[in-house]
Amino acid sequence: MKDFTYSRAASLEDAGLRAKEAGVLLMAGGTTLLDLAKCGVTEPDAVIDIGRLAGLADIRLSDDGLHIGTLARMSDVADHQGVKSAFPAIAQSLSLAASPQLRNMATIGGNLLQRTRCAYFRDPGAFPACNKRQPGSGCSALGGVTRNHAVLGTSPHCIASYPGDLAAALIALDAVVELQDRKIPIANFFLEPGDTPHIETVLQPGEIVTGLFIPASPAAHCSTYLKVRDRASYEFAAASAAVALDLHEDGRTIRDLRVALGGVATTPWRARSVEQALIGKTLDESNVAQASRLATEGAVPHGDNHYKIDLVPRVVTRAILTLGGLA
Amino acid sequence: MTLIEPRKHGDASDGSLGRHVARLDGRRKITGAATYALEQPVENLVHAVLVQSTIASGRVVSVDKAAAESSPGVLMVLTPDNVFNMMVASDWNGNRVDKVPYLPLPAEVNYNGQAVAAVIAETFEQAREAARLIKVQYEETPATTTIAEAGTGKVTGPMTVEWGDAEAAFEAADITIEAEYRTPREYHVPIEPHGLIASWQDDQLTIWEPSQWTHGMARTYAEWFEIPFEHVRIISPFIGGGFGSKGGAYFYGAVAALAARELGRPVKLAVTRSQGFTAYGGRASTRQTLKLGASADGVLQAVIHRGANETSTYAEFHESTGAATPIMYAVNNFSSQQSLIKVNTVTPGALRAPGKNPSAYGIECAIDELSYAVGIDPLEIRLRNYADHDYQSGKPWSTRKLREALMTGAERFGWSKRSAAPRSMRDGRTLIGWGIGCGTFPNLTNSSEAMIRILSDGSVEVESAGIDMGQGTYTIVAQTAADALGVGVEQVDVKLGDSLSAGAPVAGGSMLAGSITGAVHKAAQAAREELIGLALNEQNSPFATSGANTLVIENGRIKTSREDGPSMSIGELMAMLGRESLEVKRNTLPEGTTPEEKQKAWTHMAKVRGPTAGDFSIHSWGAHFIEVRVDEDFGTVRVSRIVSAFDCGRLYNPKLAESQLRGGIIMGIGQALLEEGLVDPRNGRVVNNNLGDYLVPTNADVPLIEILSVGEPDFEASVLGGKGVGEVGIVGVAPAIANAVFHATGKRVRDLPITLEKLL
Repeated sequence: MKDFTYSRAASLEDAGLRAKEAGVLLMAGGTTLLDLAKCGVTEPDAVIDIGRLAGLADIRLSDDGLHIGTLARMSDVADHQGVKSAFPAIAQSLSLAASPQLRNMATIGGNLLQRTRCAYFRDPGAFPACNKRQPGSGCSALGGVTRNHAVLGTSPHCIASYPGDLAAALIALDAVVELQDRKIPIANFFLEPGDTPHIETVLQPGEIVTGLFIPASPAAHCSTYLKVRDRASYEFAAASAAVALDLHEDGRTIRDLRVALGGVATTPWRARSVEQALIGKTLDESNVAQASRLATEGAVPHGDNHYKIDLVPRVVTRAILTLGGLA
Repeated sequence: MTLIEPRKHGDASDGSLGRHVARLDGRRKITGAATYALEQPVENLVHAVLVQSTIASGRVVSVDKAAAESSPGVLMVLTPDNVFNMMVASDWNGNRVDKVPYLPLPAEVNYNGQAVAAVIAETFEQAREAARLIKVQYEETPATTTIAEAGTGKVTGPMTVEWGDAEAAFEAADITIEAEYRTPREYHVPIEPHGLIASWQDDQLTIWEPSQWTHGMARTYAEWFEIPFEHVRIISPFIGGGFGSKGGAYFYGAVAALAARELGRPVKLAVTRSQGFTAYGGRASTRQTLKLGASADGVLQAVIHRGANETSTYAEFHESTGAATPIMYAVNNFSSQQSLIKVNTVTPGALRAPGKNPSAYGIECAIDELSYAVGIDPLEIRLRNYADHDYQSGKPWSTRKLREALMTGAERFGWSKRSAAPRSMRDGRTLIGWGIGCGTFPNLTNSSEAMIRILSDGSVEVESAGIDMGQGTYTIVAQTAADALGVGVEQVDVKLGDSLSAGAPVAGGSMLAGSITGAVHKAAQAAREELIGLALNEQNSPFATSGANTLVIENGRIKTSREDGPSMSIGELMAMLGRESLEVKRNTLPEGTTPEEKQKAWTHMAKVRGPTAGDFSIHSWGAHFIEVRVDEDFGTVRVSRIVSAFDCGRLYNPKLAESQLRGGIIMGIGQALLEEGLVDPRNGRVVNNNLGDYLVPTNADVPLIEILSVGEPDFEASVLGGKGVGEVGIVGVAPAIANAVFHATGKRVRDLPITLEKLL
């Protein structure tokens, strides 16, 4: 990898200023940065380590919701008793992600901003064309090995899937991404590739994710993250669903439902049509199975990944029925 | 849990051999004290990094190395333009074309990921960065990148096996099945990646490199550089797994040694994990069609097998899908052919149980399919067609406890409680299936040599060039020597993995343990006789006047057979003799072997004896009973229970043998469910060339595995009665899982791995 300078940020302000310079990358846990530097995908001139900044690693529960500092480790959040009980989908999405070693190093902010596992994105030597890496160069994934590529939110310029688990839970629970000077609803944070796949979020130069806020709700309390994959551990999702459910007092009519998908879309994907089809309806297998089919509305397969279109409704159905005590 | 009881067999009076001795090198490994090749502290070291091609076929026209050469720390850039005075080495069997120059970085590109340049710099980071600055101009030619697009290939005549009239018997059979089975490219991915340190002192070359065969690799380096065998020293005391991939020297070893010679400094070359997918070959992709004909009651009438495997465009490698097919069942009409299909890949190589593994996948799935077609239990159909002798060679088995393996395994697994119909066992939305797969591996034999050195303090050193890549050679060698000498295992220090040491064959083909223990046993017995002779004949010895005409050695003490006779420790005897050490070297070669033949015995494969070289047909056997749980909505398969019973003859150390068998089974889980080299058809690139994307089982994928041993000593197989253990463990696992998946789901997946989309 290319030589770079390494320094520790003196403060968040310092980091934000320096991150505006070209060739400067921020590092927290370093798990993604090191990986991509070894692949030759990122070539920073300077790495600014924000991992030791104070006051950014707290996990705070209040009546309003859950605040997670950007430097909290994945494992800290996954194992937090309060998070596990009030926001089970959050804790589960983290404990089912990566490996123990990575969870002990990787931070929440870094997790949110992780890059795709698209093999073509990660291999610049053999595949020079990648619009995400080199705008306008083309997409090598189209016509290639695409088993793990996205079926939702794709464009003719990019079909790389967003690989993270946590973000699906966050988007289901209407989390808010906190930056130094503004707050962004997570639904507005990630950008579909369109014709600018190299721009993945609304972050502006110098902006740093400082934390997350997840509002408390009855649905968040009754939430789950279901991850389906071939290997029992340490694999990205073939498809996953973060689901949160609140039932009326009758115990069978759906008052609130949130459904988000992982592993199948170019961004963390909210399946609102499934929610709308079921809110106010009776929770039963047939209603849920029918509505879950809406999760892949507009999905476009590319070669080997067509199975995801069959798989997603099944995952959504199981997750909802599990929360409703019917599976 | 272990179900293997220590056995008391053999002529070493049931001492340590056969007992569950913990791995003697274990502590060094878990504390980091074991030094692997690339960790060797070597002074003045520089680093080499390979540059690999990004096209599948063509020619390097030019290499722009200016930027790399001016990059910080860079000492040298090697490209196809560099011609060094090296010669092609002989192949495994000792065949060598004289005076053909060897080009480790040829201009001709045969596969994506072939090395086309190397950069040597002061640090690894500098070399790696400079390697990225190399710009290669290619002239591309059309490539065939996968077996699927490559046609039917060419039949390899000598691999054809025929007896009876298989076509006619198949046509006449009451019940027939026909199916095609496919396996993808698979990779060794040992936890220790490949690489080496090469260092010259004048015309002497020292190589620290993980090696399954120090003699074979030393021979290759010597031939490349045209220096005497003794001038090359391969040092490989610890190896982090090989599985067949560390049996030979590869081009990158030549690159490192060349650079070291040219620069006059030791060179370390680490093959990165991703480069490892094309720096040497994995298991070839295969396909095979099986046609079985049977009578209405399930007695086999005909087996017709047509198999093929991919090989490279520049060399032939046979992954014989017909290797196990002829010997698994009793059948009077048999036909098997194997074809080779050339594609633009690195030449495939031997990966745990080459041939037998995909072969067993085919025949063991086919016999399962036949059991459903006939309507009898998969266990019963295997017993009904049990081969009482080797139908291929016509010879009797030396030992074949496969029936016992099947019966014992079935009993332990609870097979009789299986409900026969597919999809008839479930737990909520989880379908449960039980499957059987049998396995085999031929018993290969070769000679070995061992040096026993008794030191003045009575401790014992054993030396061999043979290696321990995790399978337990250190431990069983110590056990063997301890028993034959009459000392405790803790008194024995074993030194392995040095090509200048006593000769040993490859740790491959499951042949090392049987070979090395034979030589160690012989040398240790000779050392014991010599000690006893010296004790009796030394003038001042109390034994000289004891009236005894022989002595015994027990627990490190030498004494007469009479309880009240004189006795002394071996150390005391050495002191009395005034000896610093006593060395005894023995080998198991035939009497009268010439020095040239002796040299060849361990540097080539030509002296390896196959399973039917003598009067018997000698093989290891296994039967796997496997439970899978399949999510009926998601198609995800989890293996939930395994009972495997083996006949590997006498087990020298059941604890370690069990561990090795378990490792094979775990690899089989990966093969069945996860492992597949994904090749981009457009340029032949292996796109999942890393451990995040090429999936092997994690601990969460591995259930309780119970290992049973039903073997008895087989003295046709080896001096001390053991048969091979290393490879048979994996053979039959994939079909057992595939058969269990069918039982669970009613879906017959005939191409590995069984990933979830195939069951949706």
